[in-house]
Amino acid sequence: MLAHAVFFYFFSILAIFSALMVITSRSTVNSVFFLILDFISVGCLFIMVGAEFLGMILLIVYVGAVAVLFLFVVMMLNVAQQKQSWFIGKKSTHIPSGLIVSVLIFLELLVVIGGWKYKENVMSSSNLVIDQTITNTHSIGSVMYTDYILYFQLSGIILLLSMVGAIILTYRKRENVKSQSYLKQISRERSSSVVLKEVDFNKGVKIDD
Amino acid sequence: MIEIGLGHYLTLGAIIFFLGVIGIFLNRKNVIVILMSVELILLSVNINLISFSIFSGDLLGQIFTMLILTVAAAEAAIGLAIIVIFYRNKGSIRVEDIHEMKG
Repeated sequence: MLAHAVFFYFFSILAIFSALMVITSRSTVNSVFFLILDFISVGCLFIMVGAEFLGMILLIVYVGAVAVLFLFVVMMLNVAQQKQSWFIGKKSTHIPSGLIVSVLIFLELLVVIGGWKYKENVMSSSNLVIDQTITNTHSIGSVMYTDYILYFQLSGIILLLSMVGAIILTYRKRENVKSQSYLKQISRERSSSVVLKEVDFNKGVKIDD
Repeated sequence: MIEIGLGHYLTLGAIIFFLGVIGIFLNRKNVIVILMSVELILLSVNINLISFSIFSGDLLGQIFTMLILTVAAAEAAIGLAIIVIFYRNKGSIRVEDIHEMKG
């Protein structure tokens, strides 16, 4: 139990620190790196609390794909040369209101967490009880591919849509690019491409001038 | 303090949610950091769902976390594509420079 507490505090302090650094760090590349650290520490928390599959998915999908996608975009867009400053420059009027709103949300969340008592039978009224005898991945798979197959396919469709949308958004037609035209290739005819010549002896052929 | 319960994880989720919301408002640099703040908010929602799922012994929360992960990945891809074409057109992704709608 002590080890659990020590690891919980370690990873959660790491997560909070890196979330703080994501929103306050000067350069965008550092923000992306701290975002990766945040995902890793929260993934370790997930593994620690008993959701191993989702912790690993968080590591693979987020650290391996999404954060690297952010890194690629930061690399491509040359944002590093922009002046990195929050408060210098134009006086911004929405920072105090934003602070008020977010502090209020935080206080509301704390009130909900601290001042709430669950009825005893709320915790035991679930119909998808976690089976402790099989692994986490096994139990998620056995539920997700049977009872929640429609949600699973819907998330696949969402991924397909986002892929198509991203390709359409960033696609641009370039000029002067030599590309293969299948229609032109297969619609050639013999008469337009091959000429038969009667060649006399000792004369040679005169190719059209 | 030693006994780690549901409240600890919910507090962690609340703090990360708070940091994500504050990151959206505080940010004057570029739009990519706003997208990262949205990712933080979705991560805190995932923390809440998983801790409720574990501590109440119900598997449904983990399945919904899976769906949220999918939607977050799709949102990041679309958002970054929009940022790329905005940068291609305007040459800047500073928050102050984005005022076409006069909002």
